[in-house]
Amino acid sequence: MTIFPFLRRKTFARGVHPAGNKGTAGMPIRRMPFAPRMILPLAQHIGKPAVPTVSAGQEVVRGQLIARADGFMSVPLHAPVDGVVEALELRPSARGPWAESIVIRTYEASTQAVRWGEPRDMDALSPEEIIRAVQETGMVGLGGAAFPSHVKLTVPKDRAIHTLVVNGCECEPYLTCDHRMMMEMTDAMLTGIRYAMRAVGAAHAVIGIEDNKLDAVAAIRAKLPADGSIAVVAVETKYPQGAEKMLIKSALGLEVLAGGLPSHIGVVVNNVGTLAMLGRLLPAGQGLTERVVTVTGPGIERPGDYWVPIGTPMRHVLEWAGAKDVTEREIILGGPMMGQAVASLDVPVTKGVSGILVFDRRDIVAESNRKVYPCIKCGECVNACPMGLNPSMLGMLAASREYDSMAATYHLGDCFECGCCTYICPSHIPLVQQFRVAKGILREKAA
Amino acid sequence: MDTITGVMLAGGFMAVLGGGLAWMLAAANKRLYVYEDPRIDQVAELLPQSNCGACGTAGCRNFAENLVAGKLQPSGCTVNMPDMNTYIAGFLGVELGAADKRVARLACAGGRHVACLRAHYDGLETCRAAATVAGGGKACAWGCLGLGDCESVCDFDAIAMNSFGLPVVDAAKCTACGDCVEVCPKDLFSLQSITHKLWVACKNRADGDTAERQCEVACTACGRCVADSAEGVVKLDHELAVIDYGLNGLAARKAIERCPTGAVVWFEDDHAEKGRAAKKIVRIAPLPVASEV
Repeated sequence: MTIFPFLRRKTFARGVHPAGNKGTAGMPIRRMPFAPRMILPLAQHIGKPAVPTVSAGQEVVRGQLIARADGFMSVPLHAPVDGVVEALELRPSARGPWAESIVIRTYEASTQAVRWGEPRDMDALSPEEIIRAVQETGMVGLGGAAFPSHVKLTVPKDRAIHTLVVNGCECEPYLTCDHRMMMEMTDAMLTGIRYAMRAVGAAHAVIGIEDNKLDAVAAIRAKLPADGSIAVVAVETKYPQGAEKMLIKSALGLEVLAGGLPSHIGVVVNNVGTLAMLGRLLPAGQGLTERVVTVTGPGIERPGDYWVPIGTPMRHVLEWAGAKDVTEREIILGGPMMGQAVASLDVPVTKGVSGILVFDRRDIVAESNRKVYPCIKCGECVNACPMGLNPSMLGMLAASREYDSMAATYHLGDCFECGCCTYICPSHIPLVQQFRVAKGILREKAA
Repeated sequence: MDTITGVMLAGGFMAVLGGGLAWMLAAANKRLYVYEDPRIDQVAELLPQSNCGACGTAGCRNFAENLVAGKLQPSGCTVNMPDMNTYIAGFLGVELGAADKRVARLACAGGRHVACLRAHYDGLETCRAAATVAGGGKACAWGCLGLGDCESVCDFDAIAMNSFGLPVVDAAKCTACGDCVEVCPKDLFSLQSITHKLWVACKNRADGDTAERQCEVACTACGRCVADSAEGVVKLDHELAVIDYGLNGLAARKAIERCPTGAVVWFEDDHAEKGRAAKKIVRIAPLPVASEV
């Protein structure tokens, strides 16, 4: 119940305003040539790793199934190139430990057209069949979490979904891949939205887009169906607007209870990029073989959004986009707020990589700003936490290893690691890293 | 009703109530009585009360219960002084038992002077935190991160970080409680009987060339140790030598002699000895960050 709805800006409480740096937003998505070798880790998603269906020495065609899903919490893998399987072996992964991967040697001059696919009549499918078809595409949340999309579209029987929220916020600085996909794949995205609405049984869909992308809002509004089932709302440009609970609050004015899921209040959230790809892949019966990746940062000569085949080694991407010679660079997979620093250039681009950012280390953090000072109880982190937690207190508990009370009293489980607290902290305390460690330890204890 | 009757009635009622409840308590005391061997408390007092869990029970009192019940032998407590364990054995009139002394051993020898870094880690100074950021800065994805989580978790001061950033276990102080085994994000510690003298101080599963580029003392899976020991004692598993301690009796010092990197060692008097063929490491300065490994 809002008294003056026209005065209310579509937004959520707290959060931070990092500089946008979205210089690549105006450039069309470009293609990237195949790397001579593709590395495809079997575990590119949350859940059980895929099971290889090819063996070393076998020839594969772009789009062919090379690893099948192992159960419901798993997705298959498809060959990104025409080539020959060189080996199934351990290869470095972005997370650190070496992971079982399929290595494919690319045939020279192979085409980027996908010829492997079984077109299907989507209108004839029931919701269950749509969900099965989604799993067959190998789709995961392309926003970065890499959560299997078909699991997200599977709603428990006792919950009725009224609205599908489509997440086009792209609140992370630097990233523009979702923005470009909304501009260039508007029709595919609307098709994907209709499939997802049928899969979850939602009558309405709301596309939430930050108000720094009004060109995308206009482009989509021009193509909206006349029946009014799909709407577009411009929400405030603020980090982390793209977190699903924040976006639900901004776009619908609903709040998800602590520890709950959006489906508890009849909402399912999906990323625009994911739905745009589904809109393209589902009717064609193809698998996910490439994705749009924003390659940018001060250390890149030709920044932009690229169609990168899944499995392309980072080194190849950086060579193609022109990595400048910087003294000590820092490479981040994903956005600068929640992304993961990588330690090796031999790791491949996986399904969950939305951006590759290259910085000269001296550009981002000055030497004087790296020293960690004690907490001065200024409360900035409390004012920044979008979940309304007390990061300062949590940080002190983490330092004294009181993990149980962090979870029981201070709701560590509701932290989704957006990093606002660390961003705002004047003492440079690595709060969110402490929380990640604490959550990892608690997960181990529970297991 | 006059006052006297009232007082007597109330008093009588209270007396009956009190008596009845007292009788119930007395009956409960008899019927619900649980006999506990008084020796359990006595033995528990002779134990170190560190509750470290090295004996495999939930704590010192639980260990005492098992001792009195005859399920375990006093030597199972590795923290207690041997004299005290002998005293407990005499007190209970049981066998002391053969002490199988176990110690925590690190399956890594890649200190700063021999193992490359591929990136510079800048963040929370604990191994666990470093392991969450691309696995830490070390080129070897399996190697010790050297930030000392094990040193700080050890209750017995048995682990100290050396100048190369590797934890060194003092076998005399180690009680094999397993805290370091649990805390290490790379799973490098394991509890080993001191009779296990042959040891592979490496967990690198990369191919030989890569492993050697990453760390000068890595196991390159050359197979010499396999050839030089009795059948089945050492096996190669995914580019790494692995020892089958079920055949520990057949393990001999000969296995380490031709190891080119010194990854396979022989423990003699709590000191890891390398074979003669192992390359000599004279460098003590840390290696620089190399991004191409």
